[in-house]
Amino acid sequence: MSATPAQANLPSEEKAIIDSIARLGDKSKVAFAKPNRIKISVTRENLVEVAKFVRDELGFDHCTNVTGTDFPKDSQLEVTYHFGSIGGQGFRRIILAVGCRIPSTDPTLHSIIDVYPSVNYHEREAAEMIGCVFQGHPNLGRLLLPEDWNDIPPMLKAYRLPGRLEEG
Amino acid sequence: MSIGPQHPGAGHFRFTVTIDGDTIVDCVPDPGYVHRGAEKQTEYRSYLQSIPLLERSSLTDVTNIIMPFSMAAEELMGIQIPARAQYLRMIMSENQRILSHLYWLGIQGIFLGHSTVFMWPLGDRELFIDLGQMIGGARITYSYAIPGGVRNDMPDNFKDRALKVFDYFEGRLKDYEKIFFNNPLVLKRTQGVGVLPRSDAISLGVVGQTLRASGVKSDTRIDEPYNFYKDMSFEVPTYESSDTWARCMVHLDEMRQSMKIMRQCLDKIQPGPVRVKLSPQQRALAGEAYTRVEASRGALAFHIFSEGSTKPYRVKISVPSFRNLIALPRLLVGSHLADMPAIYWSLDYWPVEADR
Repeated sequence: MSATPAQANLPSEEKAIIDSIARLGDKSKVAFAKPNRIKISVTRENLVEVAKFVRDELGFDHCTNVTGTDFPKDSQLEVTYHFGSIGGQGFRRIILAVGCRIPSTDPTLHSIIDVYPSVNYHEREAAEMIGCVFQGHPNLGRLLLPEDWNDIPPMLKAYRLPGRLEEG
Repeated sequence: MSIGPQHPGAGHFRFTVTIDGDTIVDCVPDPGYVHRGAEKQTEYRSYLQSIPLLERSSLTDVTNIIMPFSMAAEELMGIQIPARAQYLRMIMSENQRILSHLYWLGIQGIFLGHSTVFMWPLGDRELFIDLGQMIGGARITYSYAIPGGVRNDMPDNFKDRALKVFDYFEGRLKDYEKIFFNNPLVLKRTQGVGVLPRSDAISLGVVGQTLRASGVKSDTRIDEPYNFYKDMSFEVPTYESSDTWARCMVHLDEMRQSMKIMRQCLDKIQPGPVRVKLSPQQRALAGEAYTRVEASRGALAFHIFSEGSTKPYRVKISVPSFRNLIALPRLLVGSHLADMPAIYWSLDYWPVEADR
């Protein structure tokens, strides 16, 4: 992977992470890299493997956030995992994001709960908010939404808040 | 057995426990009773309009929940805020931490049957509410840290008043220590109760006092300093015992450190502008931002997608209460039912913040 001009100015720890990520070859792509923040994109087939790599090789030991986002223009959903490190030293300031795009028509991906137990409630929330299915997750039941919620997942762009008519 | 949903402590939240004799054998949390769709509603609002909305998600911690949002908006808008605004944000943020911890202490007191420690902290809290009011103009919801800086400057007499409050409150903390934290009954009910080992705390991704009580010296103010925290001298309290008592003690120690930080801010703050003038419909650049701060209950982060319009495309809030929820079943299973209130509230779980 050749370093872009923006990456050339990065602190050495970020550069080391990007160099390590290069070992994954085609399985991941650096979406952006700035001081303290790196994002890589993966396909759903490689997600679990990349998660294991991020935990074992890069030392990110917990998940801080999972965002589910709808991109109707691309007919895709994106699940973004954010990983942090508190057990080791040196990487604490860095948050590594792993973005996984899946087609809206087949919104399934494999849960990484076996690699990161901390994604449990985060994945459940993403599942009910954008309607994706995390295969292998032990419990994808209702978490924040009412038990009798009977509409499309609310964080999809097609869902409009009742009483609001203008374009959001 | 169902605990809640009517207000088991602070905010509507339910969890069911299965008991065998008086030992808890299973615990299933059921949050969501106060889910108000704050993330969805931000899609309809400009960055500035989202501020009063988002601070409602955590009424004891308003500055710390909107500050990372403003920081993310500023990153996406490509603006730098003035130094004085950053100091004012730190002062309000630390004041907020004391407010939140005193509220926590009051509830923890009544949960352990200590009515004096329910009354005292809520009384002392008024002093810090007054300090916040001097700067922010309101008792609770100041909407203070807005994109571009802070809403207004602090009055000239703030420093004198604040130093008086700190002197009084430092003595008061010693009283709390005597009457509550070193009280033999409190020690009996908290020491060795609800132990979360260090390795579990890390792998479960818990934050804040729960993490530091398990011996992990992690604090966003040190890990990734924002504002001027890198120039401040303060300690991050940690305890090795990982139990309910340790979580209580971290709260107590943090109040001292917050006053220490505020004293330094009041010494270092220089005159200057407090705000960059922005349009109410300020446009952000297309991109993605992830900003985090150390809120009163732990690391709080905002993840924002922007498509270059005046409104954010997607806002995701990663709140400490939601992240600490995973520790509740882990701590309760195997404990006595009588220890449940002490363990539950030692996590400082704020349902409104967790549900958003």
